Amino acid sequence: MEEIDRKVEEFLQVFKKGEEFTKNLLAENERLRFRVAELEEAFSRSGDSAAAQIFQERIKVYEDELKSLRERFAQVEEENKDFATRYVEVEQENNNLANLYVASYQLHSTLDFGEVLRIVLEIIINLVGAERFGIYLLEEKTNELEPVAAEGMSVEGLPRVMLDEGLVGRTCKSGESFFREDISSPGSPAEPIACIPLKIKEHVLGAIVIYSLLRQKEKFSHVDYELFNLLAGHAATAIFASRLYTQSERKLTTIQGFLDLLKEKPRK
Amino acid sequence: MPNILVVEDSPTMRQLITFAMKRVPACRVFEATDGVDALKKLSSEKMDLILADINMPVMDGIKLVSLVRGNPAFKDVPIIMITTEGAEEDKKRALSIGANAYLTKPIQTQQLVKLVGEFLK
Repeated sequence: MEEIDRKVEEFLQVFKKGEEFTKNLLAENERLRFRVAELEEAFSRSGDSAAAQIFQERIKVYEDELKSLRERFAQVEEENKDFATRYVEVEQENNNLANLYVASYQLHSTLDFGEVLRIVLEIIINLVGAERFGIYLLEEKTNELEPVAAEGMSVEGLPRVMLDEGLVGRTCKSGESFFREDISSPGSPAEPIACIPLKIKEHVLGAIVIYSLLRQKEKFSHVDYELFNLLAGHAATAIFASRLYTQSERKLTTIQGFLDLLKEKPRK
Repeated sequence: MPNILVVEDSPTMRQLITFAMKRVPACRVFEATDGVDALKKLSSEKMDLILADINMPVMDGIKLVSLVRGNPAFKDVPIIMITTEGAEEDKKRALSIGANAYLTKPIQTQQLVKLVGEFLK
């Protein structure tokens, strides 16, 4: 009986040890599972940060590209503005050149003195926008400036002017164009708003004298000064050439008449 | 190809406008020296646009506009007036009798070309 009790006790001891060992194994298993979970989580976390890093790098590349594109856009926009400004300037220049071309073409399109004067008037009305003005020509024998054409006023209403006398006379004597600074109020025959001597090189033939501009024309523009420069030379040449032509035509007619007369005499 | 009629007694202005119209793509320009001449040209050729001065001999631009608007054959042709008359009442009068636009001299050719382009669209 004692033997059986001892063996039972031993068996219980072994069983307890086995139970304890099993408990230890389960605890170890649990600890390991926890560790595995921890490691998996850590591993998964380390994967996210790598992807995040890749994304951050990509974002940086895109941001750099965006910055570069923005800079290029600003540059192109600036270039566009520059082109737009230049386009407007070219358009303006084109307009000016068209005016100058037409004025020059018309001035040299005829040798008729009256027509040349009419063309000069047309240019001043239509291309400059003057309302009242006159054209004076110099009578070299008397040194007197005589009005020969006018617009917006009668030629007879314009005074004859001695060279070197009054604003018009002095301007013609000097050969330098005169432009009044303030042209908001109209001028008068004695005080015009502009006087442009007509000259071939330094030889003054006459002048264009402007007294007022059309109501929509507030001031002289850049092209007006160009037109005045052109008129000063080309109108003078056209007037001079047409006068010479008219004189030579007249002389030719006289000579022809005289010759015809001589031819007719022997017949009688 | 659009046809443009330029009605202007001044050869200088006619040439300037015709020269400017070279910048309007594929258009043909016809010239008339006054209103009567313009009506003849309108009768012989279909026009898509008229550019007319006001102060002209024989028949002025105002009379021309009223006759054009009164004629069923070409009453719908757009008319741009180009004139030295810068007073507001002149502009109102021209627009009230049927002009479509009013430009005062001296003209800016780029402005005229732009306006013509708009009417020919």
